[in-house]
Amino acid sequence: MIVDTLIEEGVEVLFGYPGGAVLPIYDALYERRERITHVLTCHEQGAAHAADGYARAARRPGVVLATSGPGATNLVTGIATAYMDSTPLVALTGNVPLALLGRDSFQEVDIAGVTMPITKYNCIVKSPDMIRAGVRDAFAIARSGRPGPVLVDIPRDIAEAPCGAQCEKFHSPGVPVFSGREADEFARALARARRPVLLVGGGVVADGAGVTAAMLAERLGAPVCATLMGLGALPWDHPLFLGMLGRHGLPEANRAVEACDLLLAVGTRFTERAAEDRRQFAGQAKIFHIDIDPAEINKNIPADAALCGRAGAVMEALLARLPTAPREPWGAAFTPFARRAFPEPGTPRALIHTLWRLRTPGMTVVTDVGQHQMWTAQTYGFSRPGELITSGGLGAMGFGLGAAIGVAMARPGRRVALVTGDASLRMNIAELATAAALRLPISIFVLDNAGLGLVRQLQDEHCGGRRFAVAPGLRTDWVRLAEALGARGLSVDGADGSTPEAVIREALTAEGPCLTHCPVDPACNA
Amino acid sequence: MTDRFVLSVLVNNQFGVLTRIAGLFARRGYNIDALTVAETENPAFSRMTVVVGGDDYVLEQIVKQLMKQVDVRSVERLTRKDAIFRELLLVKVGSDPETRQDILALAGLFDARVTDWSEHALTIELTDQPDIITALIDRLRAYPILEICRTGLTAIPRGDTAGAPFALPTEGV
Repeated sequence: MIVDTLIEEGVEVLFGYPGGAVLPIYDALYERRERITHVLTCHEQGAAHAADGYARAARRPGVVLATSGPGATNLVTGIATAYMDSTPLVALTGNVPLALLGRDSFQEVDIAGVTMPITKYNCIVKSPDMIRAGVRDAFAIARSGRPGPVLVDIPRDIAEAPCGAQCEKFHSPGVPVFSGREADEFARALARARRPVLLVGGGVVADGAGVTAAMLAERLGAPVCATLMGLGALPWDHPLFLGMLGRHGLPEANRAVEACDLLLAVGTRFTERAAEDRRQFAGQAKIFHIDIDPAEINKNIPADAALCGRAGAVMEALLARLPTAPREPWGAAFTPFARRAFPEPGTPRALIHTLWRLRTPGMTVVTDVGQHQMWTAQTYGFSRPGELITSGGLGAMGFGLGAAIGVAMARPGRRVALVTGDASLRMNIAELATAAALRLPISIFVLDNAGLGLVRQLQDEHCGGRRFAVAPGLRTDWVRLAEALGARGLSVDGADGSTPEAVIREALTAEGPCLTHCPVDPACNA
Repeated sequence: MTDRFVLSVLVNNQFGVLTRIAGLFARRGYNIDALTVAETENPAFSRMTVVVGGDDYVLEQIVKQLMKQVDVRSVERLTRKDAIFRELLLVKVGSDPETRQDILALAGLFDARVTDWSEHALTIELTDQPDIITALIDRLRAYPILEICRTGLTAIPRGDTAGAPFALPTEGV
């Protein structure tokens, strides 16, 4: 019944790891193996990140399946990542038979209790008749409104019991709506701004509303900044696009936010990474906030006006109400991202710039977490929503490889470039074996600065340079490690006389997964 | 300005809902002063009455965070003006032949009932508004209070109607 319901929900791929408590589910998957592809990872965390990456790339729920106890707890970081970045993820876990629940049985964990604060919803299915409703609700809740992860915990005997009459799904979530009058007022005030700036966040990317955002910016003559999650909403070469704002953002973007008299923020929650000093952030500006989640309005930054709804729908409603003639942009003093300075040769940013120049059509960029992530966000020119997939809210090192596998499964035939660091990649390197088994076209670029670069940078800035536990002195032969796990290994160290450009070019045409070791200067900061 | 709010929250009568709501308050740093919960006239739902301290920012956030919960059906703010507030007190007071009459008189003054009577103690029961309950406890402090049990607040709107919950306009997906 569980697997049939997944098929009913349109699931084609799921990521997982078997175990005792999910044997009946795996047995059903065996029977339906023509209909639904199961991707076996090396660790449940990898499976959770893969399902997350799949969901972000495919823009529909990703599914992960794990057994009880350790299988379930290994999902936790992946579920939290999806929660913080509002990804629709359905996590199915097995559990011990109903009669053994609560008795500290072998491989028993109260995973519903553990994941309560990091899921949009979760439940334990306690009757076979509720399986279909439970799973269908999970999908409905995960994808509705502001998406998020949902966990369904299924005791083993419930999974294998014969089902009687099935309860229908009972949950019908809605999205917030606004009245025409509210939109009128909002649009009128918007039109009065002399120096508006548009800030696009993950909500614009998730709604695929980049084109609408660009139209709105043109209509308002507003320079555009993006949060990390909002990168790709506007194409890099849009004349109004200034790049990422915030702590690690581009100076132009931050200057525009400081100078504007109205900040129109769409699909962002103003985390402290984007708006570090809440009192001084956009100090001269009225804040106009659009979000699908009413609870984000006034949470971090008080809004002077707000509309709740899907990013695309709200921006279209505003476009319909604004004067049709595009306004002359006021921010001519700001250098658009397209005319940004070329990074200094030999730096990690230059490497990412080269990767960007050599990108293949339809290529997705996945990152891990750290300096390499910030360099990518600052340097790479993204053209479309969903082109960058990164762990923004949770900032989970080890996200990248699993996520890249999920993206590759969601976008078959297209290349995935994983930009990662030596420390991030080491966390879940085993998944390279998964990628190799599937011959996925994932090109991994390890920006190796021999340690935990971003922590080192923080210790230099905040701890008087007292560096500790950031240069583990681990010697990893990345090329041979890649080969050992069944992937190709390359290096841009120039030992064989080839240029970094030639190596990157080769890496981007490799057939299966290919790891490229990119030693970078540990002194470079983000 | 910090204040105390009474929220009446209608939730699905389901396993784990109490934990979920209590957990939400805890992890977002809202202080629960009191919380009562029981099934409603419709067994599919439970009513939670939550007394919570905070300013307007906290109130707005709590209401919105509650309304985001899948199991929350409605959230309503109740005030003393438009709702009846009640709490139950059971208090055990040490007594001897000398003080017994005084304690009984005090209980009588508050319309409280004596529900248990033993050689060295009286147990008094009072259902009333929380401030009256606090007043009785204060008076009883003249005698040794052995144990206090308060249920926390429960409340219902006055008049014919069933109240006007916070509502966010939504439409189907």
